[in-house]
Amino acid sequence: MFSGFMVNAWLIATIVAFVAGVVGFFVVLRGSAFQAHAIPNGAFAGAAGASLIGVNPLIGLGVFSLGAALSIGRLSRRGRSDVVTALALIMMLALGAAFISQSTEYEPQIFSLLFGEILGVSTSQLLPVIVLGLVCVLAVSVLYRRLLLTSIAPEIAASRGLHPARIETIFLIIIACSTTMTVPVVGAFLIFALMIGPPAAARCFSNRPEVALALSVVIALVTVWASLASSYTTNWPVGFFVGAISAGWFALGKVYATWSRSRAEQRR
Amino acid sequence: MRWLFEPGFFSSAPVHTAIVIGAVSAIVSAIVGVVTVVRGQSFAGHALTDVATTGGSGASLWGISPLLGFIGAGVLGAGAMDLAGVQRARGRDLATGIVLGAATGLSALFLYLDTTRSASTGITQQILFGSIFTVDPSTIPVAVIFSVATVALIIWIYRPLLLSSLSPELASARGIRVRSLGLLFMLALAISVGLSSIAIGSVLSTALLIGPAATSLRLTKNLRNAFVLACVLGVVATWLGILFAYDSYYWDPSSQGLPVSFFIVAIIFLSYLASGISGVRRSVARRADTGNARVAPPSGVREVA
Repeated sequence: MFSGFMVNAWLIATIVAFVAGVVGFFVVLRGSAFQAHAIPNGAFAGAAGASLIGVNPLIGLGVFSLGAALSIGRLSRRGRSDVVTALALIMMLALGAAFISQSTEYEPQIFSLLFGEILGVSTSQLLPVIVLGLVCVLAVSVLYRRLLLTSIAPEIAASRGLHPARIETIFLIIIACSTTMTVPVVGAFLIFALMIGPPAAARCFSNRPEVALALSVVIALVTVWASLASSYTTNWPVGFFVGAISAGWFALGKVYATWSRSRAEQRR
Repeated sequence: MRWLFEPGFFSSAPVHTAIVIGAVSAIVSAIVGVVTVVRGQSFAGHALTDVATTGGSGASLWGISPLLGFIGAGVLGAGAMDLAGVQRARGRDLATGIVLGAATGLSALFLYLDTTRSASTGITQQILFGSIFTVDPSTIPVAVIFSVATVALIIWIYRPLLLSSLSPELASARGIRVRSLGLLFMLALAISVGLSSIAIGSVLSTALLIGPAATSLRLTKNLRNAFVLACVLGVVATWLGILFAYDSYYWDPSSQGLPVSFFIVAIIFLSYLASGISGVRRSVARRADTGNARVAPPSGVREVA
């Protein structure tokens, strides 16, 4: 389980989980789940287009996810952000359908882009993931207070001279970076589940942002490690275990939150 | 007319089926879509297509009817979202996201088992993108029955549903059971989305649900007009898309033509952008009228769009 090709898988899973735990915490706090779903999902169309014209799929992924982040950020100022996100997502998927219709040999790649091939990570794929992951975590730690304030109290943030719309766009770019790097490795679906489940559970366990953030990272790490080990033993796709375990954490968090609330009421 | 309709357009059986099933899906999606956009549940509307797709891949695994799989999974997904707290505006996207994440995980498993057992790899693409040209004509009656039922359900709960969407407090003060109404609407949404994603693919399903509704809500403040306009927009976009896709096979003899979903989505997306431009013009005109450039947009339906 820890030999040969699995070393890369463990390494990359750990990095991805760390980044997902950090960025996902703010995704949950800001209610950006739809955007976190749409950007990596739509970006896979970019990979399809890149492979059609013979460019490295990573470039296509990057262009499309950045384009998605910027256009969602821009259009959200005039329309509802969930509507804009839905429309941007379907437009990218439709482009992806058009790209795929023009090429003939894409089918296995679709599956791997959507669901990931974490067990087939090569050492050359490690570096871009590490770099982009570091950039994302760094960006979040620099913007930490501003992100927190614009998420929790947008009015106060605006009165202090912060631009919530601008911060939102920057945050969408962070989502784009953190998901692009992971799409070829772990798939668009898996990264989404990892960005929602563990942070949502962490918020149920603690109200203090720092504690919840740390918990979110820990839960994401445990989820990914457990998924990888289960996938190795059963041969089933990693994405299934990540989705199931993440949802399990959320259910656990909900139960804990209800239990502690009822206990607090009893004490009163 | 030769320049617009390439030969054989009107005599092709797949085109006939596509035109009928496209129009039915467009109308149902538009009606459910207006309520979806007003209630701010676009994410749930989109997520349910993915959840329904999970059911589709599960159905092909166990050999049950795909239609049953799509609609059954959609209804189960809607129930799970309700359980996870989709009714409250706060944390709504989270509840949707959790269910979506779990469902796509299951999807990964089903597709993996499908491909390892039957070696039919084309299934991924077929389920995700579906094609309106490959619809089996025998699904039309079932689709029409479910569509009529969904629209009837929406009409039946229309007034209380609208009130509970725009002002939950007022609605519950009047004795409306907001939560059960919300669940009822989620069921209608799940059925219509499951239906349209099996008929036209999950991408088009979201496009027809959100696009025409959002565009029409930007163009008119009157909800009744918005329903009509959304239906018209949806049907026109679908038919134009079918026409263009059919013609695209003739544009370049060497190519394979472009998928119909691409054309329909492009038309819908562009019309949404265009409605934004007219909205800007109108709000500029309104600002000029009031002579106050910094006036905030009025709340209410306009906000909803």
